[in-house]
Amino acid sequence: MKIHLSHPSRNIEMAGPKRVGDVLTELHLIPEGYLIIRGEDLLTEDERLEDSDTIEIRPVISGG
Amino acid sequence: MKCRKCPAQAVLKLPRHNTAFCSTHLTDFVRGQVERAIKSQKMFHPNDRILVAVSGGKDSLALWEILLKLGYQADALYVDQGIGTYSQTSREKVERFTELVAKPCGATLTIHHVEEEEGANIPDLANLIHRPTCSACGTVKRYQFNRATIQGGYDVMATGHNLDDEAARLLGNVLHWQEEYLQKQSPMLPASMEGFAKKVKPLYRLTEREIAAYAIVNRIDYIVEECPMSKGAKMLVYKDVLNRLEAESPGTKHTFYFQFLKKQAKAQPTQGSMTQTDHATLKPCTSCSQPTSTGICSYCKMVARAKTATS
Ligand SMILES: [Zn+2]
Ligand SMILES: [Zn+2]
Repeated sequence: MKIHLSHPSRNIEMAGPKRVGDVLTELHLIPEGYLIIRGEDLLTEDERLEDSDTIEIRPVISGG
Repeated sequence: MKCRKCPAQAVLKLPRHNTAFCSTHLTDFVRGQVERAIKSQKMFHPNDRILVAVSGGKDSLALWEILLKLGYQADALYVDQGIGTYSQTSREKVERFTELVAKPCGATLTIHHVEEEEGANIPDLANLIHRPTCSACGTVKRYQFNRATIQGGYDVMATGHNLDDEAARLLGNVLHWQEEYLQKQSPMLPASMEGFAKKVKPLYRLTEREIAAYAIVNRIDYIVEECPMSKGAKMLVYKDVLNRLEAESPGTKHTFYFQFLKKQAKAQPTQGSMTQTDHATLKPCTSCSQPTSTGICSYCKMVARAKTATS
């Protein structure tokens, strides 16, 4: 699957299928700091992602 | 995962409330928490005029949208700092939101251009006074938002500070035992004296993640990019630490900040002592008459230096 990350903006690839929560764990990201978006939908951690999916892992924490 | 309130698919799990919501019920939850914040802290009344400080980020745009959806009269002020493409993009987001959401509700946006009004952009102002960019930015924003609230005849100024902002700031203040700052860390600061606007933080009951989720499901287009000047800011470290604690035991951030507020309320049952301190230590700035403890305020000092440097 294709994954878009921010801060800095970049794209990576990961093999699917995989649960959203496992993708975050593999990238060492804490769920509390991110939201996972596919198309226009927000996904919870138990959602299954296919190899053909494109998702965005959006950080929710800002400096302010 | 299903929504706890209806058979629809959940879009967000909220471990600290041991629940999960679909987009409709997430929206209800977020607006309900804001309504509760406004009422419990006596932030403003249904007929009050509110000025929202918007930046183009998720918090301030979500706040503006929520207040309008709840039926409040809320206009907004955006301060254009002149920080390259970051300022340009954030301004475009604010302007687009105004056209799509605010204008149809009868609300207006005012834009303050730092370069035109203060004589130099934020990075240049910071250089002139030998201070970090964030400090110059804070000085200008605090000053301009306060001034616009008073001069525009608004009853109150609202900012998008959320639970993570407040918990991180509290952690920073406690780590350094900055007790003088603790006194002013409240979701509602009254207009302690003439020249100071009443300031409120209606999102203080909500985490950044809940607000970002609200913005996404309600199609609020905000700037995800961070200000290029705030890199490595300590706040991000504090927030990360708090989120690690939150992952281990959900509700930590809420308990940390809300127990502090409880203790604070017990220690000073009225806001009287703060008003007294302000009256004793603050006098009108000799140049602009906004209250200050230093004769001429830090904003006027900065602008004066910018004027001499560029003339
Ligand atoms: Zn529902
Ligand atoms: Zn002044």
